[in-house]
Amino acid sequence: MPVEIDVEHVARLARLALTPEEKERFRRQLALILEHAEKVGEVAAEDVPPTSHPVPRSNVFRPDDVEPCLSQEEALATAPETEAGRFKVPRIIEEE
Amino acid sequence: MPELCDLTGHDLAQAYRSGEVSPVEALESCLGRIEAVDDRVHALLLVTEGLARPAAEHAEEWFRAGEDLPPVAGIPLALKDVLTTKGIRTTAGSKILEPYVPPYDCTPWARLRASGAVLVGKTNCDEFAMGSSNENSAYGPVHNPWDLDRVPGGSSGGSAAAVASGEAVWALGTDTGGSVRQPAALCGVVGMKPTYGRVSRYGLIAFASSLDHVGTFTRDVRDCATLLSAIAGHDPRDATSLPEPSPDYGEGLDAGVRGLRIGVVEDWLSTEGVQEGVKDSIRAAVDRLAGLGAAVDSVSLPHAEYALSAYYLIAPAECSSNLARYDGVRYGLRVDGADVMEMNMRTRGAGFGDEVKRRIMLGTYSLSAGYYDAYYGQAQKVRTLVIRDYQAAFDRFDVLVSPTSPTTAFGLGEKTDDPLAMYLSDIFTIPSDLSGTPAISIPCGLADGLPVGFQIMGNLRDEATVLRAAYALEQDLGFTARPPLLAEVGLRPER
Repeated sequence: MPVEIDVEHVARLARLALTPEEKERFRRQLALILEHAEKVGEVAAEDVPPTSHPVPRSNVFRPDDVEPCLSQEEALATAPETEAGRFKVPRIIEEE
Repeated sequence: MPELCDLTGHDLAQAYRSGEVSPVEALESCLGRIEAVDDRVHALLLVTEGLARPAAEHAEEWFRAGEDLPPVAGIPLALKDVLTTKGIRTTAGSKILEPYVPPYDCTPWARLRASGAVLVGKTNCDEFAMGSSNENSAYGPVHNPWDLDRVPGGSSGGSAAAVASGEAVWALGTDTGGSVRQPAALCGVVGMKPTYGRVSRYGLIAFASSLDHVGTFTRDVRDCATLLSAIAGHDPRDATSLPEPSPDYGEGLDAGVRGLRIGVVEDWLSTEGVQEGVKDSIRAAVDRLAGLGAAVDSVSLPHAEYALSAYYLIAPAECSSNLARYDGVRYGLRVDGADVMEMNMRTRGAGFGDEVKRRIMLGTYSLSAGYYDAYYGQAQKVRTLVIRDYQAAFDRFDVLVSPTSPTTAFGLGEKTDDPLAMYLSDIFTIPSDLSGTPAISIPCGLADGLPVGFQIMGNLRDEATVLRAAYALEQDLGFTARPPLLAEVGLRPER
């Protein structure tokens, strides 16, 4: 069954600015890929438990010891923009 | 005469210890080969000779002082550019990380560095390891050293091509759907993906966390065992790392395959789309294993045909989540916008390439409200069925064998317009990523002058048996062919 995808909506969820050409192409290609992927529904029966991890491990803890870590300077060194020891971003909250 | 860069790591290690060869000479040989061929192969995104020379000199001093050094000491090696290296630019093959210089080392490299290995450079790869041909690198494709008009495979194509062409003696790559084994097959080298969690993922730039494995590229199985032993083992910095100590994989390597129960995945061999030359080469190798005394029978993995579909739901879902971190705030590219949302969207729109965007979109869609159960949830169930198939098969067999990839290296540009056709080249490698089980690809012959990869898959945690079978087959086959390109630079290819 052909899958109809709301590309605008998905791109916004994914935080991707797409060109009109990309939107059209992805609409077409994703529909084809999903049509193929729908095969999983043929065999995935109710009583089959899902696997999220090939080698299950749970409650992996380490001792809560203080260890050396990156300095503030090192952590900020790769940022596109910083100010006063912080990451700087464009305005988030609208002005009143 | 082969040059030093064409020797195996174990030959070099021996020559270092007898004093015949020094690590500096081996490094210079690799750098010379890079100079001679990399403008055509384009396996490397960065050559780190400035750091490699002092490292090789250190190793040389230690050898001269007669110190007892680890087997990786002084061996020139390349790392796929998704593995972080402190102070050395790491791009993941993406424009979004073009300016990124990591402040820390990934664990596999930290271990090798501490053991005296010498880093010659960072290898080209598909952007964020997403691809099967290396054509998704933002920095241009890698060319297969066996035929420069063909792909090297992917996503670790640069690592495979570097080892095949003598630019490095060893390399590390990553395997999420076959990205070590498939390029190893297409470039005629040995590529291994161990059990999930055997090698730490700390410092590996994440693609799909439940599927990502660090793996090795070498020119023979003994080197594979040595390199894997050097990087394997528990790492408290990776919560999914296997807790038990890892063995020395060199031990018992030559124990042979007499009595070993080998299952041939017959449905895969008879799949439409498997090249005749590949089938012939695989069958001939199976006959050799039988001739060496292995108990060979056919086996079926009935749910494997659904593995590709499950993979192309699970991997994009995990990728859409993992790649959310590239938001233009903490590292990498930023494209300005009026507000944070617009900055995020423009940054990601400009920084990610086509395949990465496609997979982020696919993953975001399949995880979004109303579709989760139909896609991701079902795919996770199929993953269970694939694992059960393997469990049933390993009740009867010690290892399973198959082609690594349905075809030999295909032409550059041949599959770039058809994502589904491209995805099919990983059809035989994806199942062991879903199940986390170890698998190796070794060259088993040539078809129309191009290498064919033979895949040996083992049970969870049982790399040793996979390596033992691979070693026995390798010794019996005596595959020594090297890319014709090397004849140009002075090495006579042996046939």
